[in-house]
Amino acid sequence: MKGYRKYFGKKIIWFFVTFVAAVILNFILPRLMPNDPVAAITARQAEGLSEVSSVKKIYDTYAEQFGTNKPLHIQFWMFIKNAAKGDFGLSFSQYPRPVLDIINSSIWWTICLQFPAIIVGWILGNLLGALAAYIRKGFDKVVMPACLLASSTPAFGMAVILLVIFAIELKIFPTAGGYAHNMIPNASWEFFASVIRHYQLPFWSIVIIAIGGQAIGMRSMSIYELNADYVKYSRFLGIKDRKIVRYVFRNAMLPQITGLALSLGTMVGGALVAEIIFSYPGLGTSILQAVTMADYPLLSATTLIITLMVLTATFIIDIVYGFIDPRVKAAQYDI
Amino acid sequence: MKHTLRQVFHSSKFVTGFVIFSFILLLIIIYPLIVPGDPLEMIGLGTFFKPGIYVSVYDGLNSELHTLKLSDAAQKRIENVLSAEDRASMLDWLKAVGIPVEDIDIKDTEKLLTVWWENYDPSIRPEGITKAMRNYYERINKRLESIKKAEDIIIADVNSETGELVEKTVITGTDYINVGDVANVRILPLGTDNFGRDVLKELVSAAKTSIFIGLIAGCIATFIGLTLGLLAGFVGGIVDDIIMFFTNTFTSIPSFVILILISYSIGQDQRGATTVAIVIGCTAWVWTCRSVRSQVMSLRNRDHVNLSRLSGHSLIRIILTDILPYIASYVVMALILQISSAILAEAQLSLLGLGPKTTEVPTLGLMMNWAMLYSAHIKGSWWAYFPVIFMIALISFSLNLMNTGLDQVFNPTLRD
Repeated sequence: MKGYRKYFGKKIIWFFVTFVAAVILNFILPRLMPNDPVAAITARQAEGLSEVSSVKKIYDTYAEQFGTNKPLHIQFWMFIKNAAKGDFGLSFSQYPRPVLDIINSSIWWTICLQFPAIIVGWILGNLLGALAAYIRKGFDKVVMPACLLASSTPAFGMAVILLVIFAIELKIFPTAGGYAHNMIPNASWEFFASVIRHYQLPFWSIVIIAIGGQAIGMRSMSIYELNADYVKYSRFLGIKDRKIVRYVFRNAMLPQITGLALSLGTMVGGALVAEIIFSYPGLGTSILQAVTMADYPLLSATTLIITLMVLTATFIIDIVYGFIDPRVKAAQYDI
Repeated sequence: MKHTLRQVFHSSKFVTGFVIFSFILLLIIIYPLIVPGDPLEMIGLGTFFKPGIYVSVYDGLNSELHTLKLSDAAQKRIENVLSAEDRASMLDWLKAVGIPVEDIDIKDTEKLLTVWWENYDPSIRPEGITKAMRNYYERINKRLESIKKAEDIIIADVNSETGELVEKTVITGTDYINVGDVANVRILPLGTDNFGRDVLKELVSAAKTSIFIGLIAGCIATFIGLTLGLLAGFVGGIVDDIIMFFTNTFTSIPSFVILILISYSIGQDQRGATTVAIVIGCTAWVWTCRSVRSQVMSLRNRDHVNLSRLSGHSLIRIILTDILPYIASYVVMALILQISSAILAEAQLSLLGLGPKTTEVPTLGLMMNWAMLYSAHIKGSWWAYFPVIFMIALISFSLNLMNTGLDQVFNPTLRD
């Protein structure tokens, strides 16, 4: 247990360090931007007003409200204090709606869409890759280029292609949104059915791409393991093929788990853009809105939440990995 | 070196990828020579013209007329004019007057017309068809008849003195012109986009910019990653700790998020293609750094390196002569992957509205962004977005294929 404690302790410390770094980056970067968002919001509010002093007054009121007139370090402490309470300020674009409210209404859409899709894609991809490595011959010749092509297609490209084929040409699935636009979210069966129907296309577009990437990785890992000395030795000893294959794939799976932890960020990024294509009510659409409306409290909060999501998921994968791979425990004793 | 290259070009995967990529490069170089002009010039007034050959009507009227007697001309004209809706409505009318459905085939224009002319009679008032609908059928019928008879079209000039129309030419149904005689013919192989630009020309130029962005970003990322990885792996100690601290932090924070934040902070006006490339490059080095470091660490205590160190060679010389050649193949592969992921990153940024400034150059991401903003996919204008997706996929497919091929050459365990 001591070995595990050391491993987990290290992982937890890293989790906090990266989290702090992420918070600092999230605060600093949007505030470096040259155009003043408060001026933009004032311009919208003060439309038609020609008197300079009253425009100035409106500007000052907003600057005070968003805290943009204070020095950076005070703004930073305000940001930290408020963020800890879950208060990300008021959105510029949907003023005076709180940012937290916007995020609350979109985050579950993203979580429920992306994580199941990535996990399903990962599992199917690994199965396919392992099969391709084991069967080889014709199967591999077909599957391998197909997977390479799928993983080369950008997530939004796959989204558009699926959208055009299944929603616009065949009209099997709806074209946009998370649920039918004439519905109000409630706990009825009709609403649930509508959500499921809207869920299919974004889900599969993410899954197909994940399958491609994972299958390629798993295939080469498996081939590598299949050529390893212990496999040759086991064959020599007369151990059944089926048993060897089980060992091989267990060994090949381990790097794939770390691989998932490392590529999670990239996959989430691609999937966020795919959300935009479907106008899915998730965080991707919120980012687009924040960018187009120069809404930096919203952008800062959304990116922070996404970072936190990815960090947590990576952390969980690391913990699971620690339990699965006995070498992790052994390595901690060595040092 | 020569031997390695020969080996690399024996890998079928690498060669396939290389051929595709060279083809794209050739297209980028040669196409602008054949069809010169500004790729952002808005030639079409209107959005999303279909791909095809556009012939100037004005010049066509002034060209020499030839008479060709073609028996199926009227037939083709009708086929072209009858929309799917018209056909469906004709079917409704025929059904309403009691024609068995088996006799009607709305796909086969000739049959449909025979049945229609046999049975249509404006005086009949079938049940369930309103007056408005009857008028509509009369209009269809009239149009069909006028096409069938091939009524002449008169081209007239306005007499400048009296303001009367003066007959200039009469065009009959059997008049033809040779396309070669028409002065202005424009081929738009992929139609036009929402701004009325030639999509193919724009696509070629966009691919050029995107590959340029990929190259710049890939080189920057590889350079930073390689330098830091070499330092961390070879020097070790506190240098390694500091570099690894940053590397670990930036691996966990999705680079996409940092990319969004930086691009947003730079602001629309400052974001040229080069700036975007630099930003992408500066956020993408983490991968290369990590793997270079681990490779260098395994090399650090090899005998030849130790020998070099004992001989008193400088750090730079050891790295250049004893370490770099061993990881060169790996660095090339990393560079290829960086290029392809940078092209993808630019496209994703542009879709969020954070791509390069829109007035200067087209990029693949910007083209995609425009097509989506003007909902080309909902309007069925496939030529505005599909070639773009295809181009991105093709570029990154060819690069990935080259990478897989190299991997198999340099890692013998992966060979088939």
